[in-house]
Amino acid sequence: MPQMNMVQAINDALRLEMRKNDKVVVLGEDVGKVGGVFRVTAGLYDEFGDDRVIDTPLSEGGIIGTAIGMALYGLVPVPEIQFSDFIFPAYDQIVSELAKFRYRSGGEFVSKLVIRTPVGGGIRGGHYHSQSPESQFIHVAGLKVVCPSNPYDAKGLLLASIRDPDPVLFFEPKRIYRAAKGDVPEGDYTVPLGKAQVIKPGKHVTIIAWGAMLYEALDAASQAMEKGIDAEVIDLRTLWPLDIDTIIESVKKTGRVVVVHEAPKSCGFGSEIVALINEKAFLHLEAPPVRVTGFDTPFPYTLEMEYLPLAHRILPAVVQTAQY
Amino acid sequence: MSATPSPKAAPGVKEFAHDNGKNGHHAVSPLVTYEPIRVMREDGSVDPARDPGLTDARMVELYCTMVRTRIIDERLVTLQRQGRIGFHIGSLGEEATIIGSAAAARKQDWIFPCYREFGALLLRGMPLQTYVDNMFGNGNDTVKGRQMPDHYSGRAYNFGSVSSPIGTQITQAVGFAWAAKMKKDDLVTLVYFGEGATSSNEFHNGANFAGVFKTPTVFLCRNNGWAISVPASKQSASQTFADKAIAYGIRGVRVDGNDLLAVYSATREAIERGSRGEGATLLELLTYRLSGHSTSDDPKAYRKDAEVDQWKSKDPNVRFRTWLERRGLWNDKKQTELEEQAAADLQECVKVAEKAPPPPLESMFEDVFQEMPWHLREQRDELLKGPRAKGHGH
Repeated sequence: MPQMNMVQAINDALRLEMRKNDKVVVLGEDVGKVGGVFRVTAGLYDEFGDDRVIDTPLSEGGIIGTAIGMALYGLVPVPEIQFSDFIFPAYDQIVSELAKFRYRSGGEFVSKLVIRTPVGGGIRGGHYHSQSPESQFIHVAGLKVVCPSNPYDAKGLLLASIRDPDPVLFFEPKRIYRAAKGDVPEGDYTVPLGKAQVIKPGKHVTIIAWGAMLYEALDAASQAMEKGIDAEVIDLRTLWPLDIDTIIESVKKTGRVVVVHEAPKSCGFGSEIVALINEKAFLHLEAPPVRVTGFDTPFPYTLEMEYLPLAHRILPAVVQTAQY
Repeated sequence: MSATPSPKAAPGVKEFAHDNGKNGHHAVSPLVTYEPIRVMREDGSVDPARDPGLTDARMVELYCTMVRTRIIDERLVTLQRQGRIGFHIGSLGEEATIIGSAAAARKQDWIFPCYREFGALLLRGMPLQTYVDNMFGNGNDTVKGRQMPDHYSGRAYNFGSVSSPIGTQITQAVGFAWAAKMKKDDLVTLVYFGEGATSSNEFHNGANFAGVFKTPTVFLCRNNGWAISVPASKQSASQTFADKAIAYGIRGVRVDGNDLLAVYSATREAIERGSRGEGATLLELLTYRLSGHSTSDDPKAYRKDAEVDQWKSKDPNVRFRTWLERRGLWNDKKQTELEEQAAADLQECVKVAEKAPPPPLESMFEDVFQEMPWHLREQRDELLKGPRAKGHGH
């Protein structure tokens, strides 16, 4: 089985689906000849031509607005937004249009597309190349939100996202684009949307994470093990719709939970996860649920490693929660 | 419709109140047709070079749609004032821009609406009852009571879905046409918006993408003088809205928007250009919003009666009627019958719509996603088990 990194796995998924389905088109800034600033679409332009791998003018609103029109026509566009920090010019199209088409037209129209966009910090990108805006899209009724943590899931989740009937925001954790490597089957397979995965079983405390922070959670879990704390680590994979069953099952077992994400703490997705745990497993809790997250500041440049919820910040939270 | 003033002398460029003219000069570009296209002359003849050659029956059909549209507009305002519907946004005075352009579209062409184009939808065959059900948001409403009145959709009529944000439909219309072009399908998109929308991001994005990718799109800019309370002169310092085409490398054409045959002719020409692979056209349709923006505002607060009166004398319906009368295709008797029939039809539809039950409670949770996820099932069950709001018929 070939070894791939995240970039190669996503590229493989796009190529596979474009060969299979001639309705799939890729569009965005620099996605064509140069293959994207992260090279995720490398080689697609040469294979599929400029009608299906389209270098667009520099306008995220234009990219998503025209992609919605293409989708209404029956194509399956997979637009790329170069950094999720730059998605906001398209926010109106995503929030007011893409997410609402099926609902507002009584099911007459479906605007189906998958927006791929790199997310997260730790690459010395400063405020405008590092943010994690996932909760701003989860809060909008009508969108599915996915964030893979490894090449196998990246390929399988992207194929599932393209074939899913609803619009999907596909966040690609750029810090591990090349660092995360693993076996990726050749050919077709999917990883179902809406299913989390228990990466490391444990019995004392549940750590919930996704994307690049999964590795920090695993690091913290292995350090906790040295202190005799056996943490269970869950990779959400799909953020919305949330796999609540996997979370509740784990929390009922451990009674203790730490949620980790890069985005700012207040109204971050962790707030929703903790609220759901309180609603559904309150009597099983042995300790207050804890969030280890980015801070409620803009994303800083020089101090980014202090901002991010890395293992050194997760570990004390895990220990304190386990010992509460 | 009782008074039938004869059409005024065909106005020149200067006569159009929404000419900006701030800079005191007219830049001239070969991409733009500045002199508004006009087909119906004041002497009752047509410009033979631009006569679209419609059959008598078709012209009468279009006129009847204009009149029906106006009567529906007037009655819906009354219903809103009576508190029987929540809102209406109409096309009073702009009928020719809507009916003329929609009539020029070929069957396979798609319309991307703004929110004043119910006349186009009726022309394309949507039953009046379907439209009225939308006005009431009842259980028969095809959009299931999820949107405010006048936010319909009409897939069966190659007609898009209305939303309220300004300009979002423009890029979508461009993307749709672009996809058709990729698939080598002979299809043009017509997208409606007001001159206020030329200030939006999406006008720029749409026109720019249309120019770069040469999409078969007709931009129908209804310059009706006002965006709620803001006059056209405050939207842009461009001398005309058609001028905006120059920057995007597309064609710009000014059209007398109260001349149904001119709108038809210019739209048809733009469709043919698009169909031939010559790209997009921006039509500036010069017209006037005789009513308020919607039932939610009173235009007396921001504009003078004299201005409105001046445009009332250029009423597009009256103008077309006069033309039909001169050709012996119309008379007072037919007018009275049409008005009575249109009012009666509407009344009947209103009666049915008012009796229809509201959409079922659980429909609130459907169509968010194709399949309802657990969190929506939970919330639906919670609503169904809980107490009902008062006064909504449940």
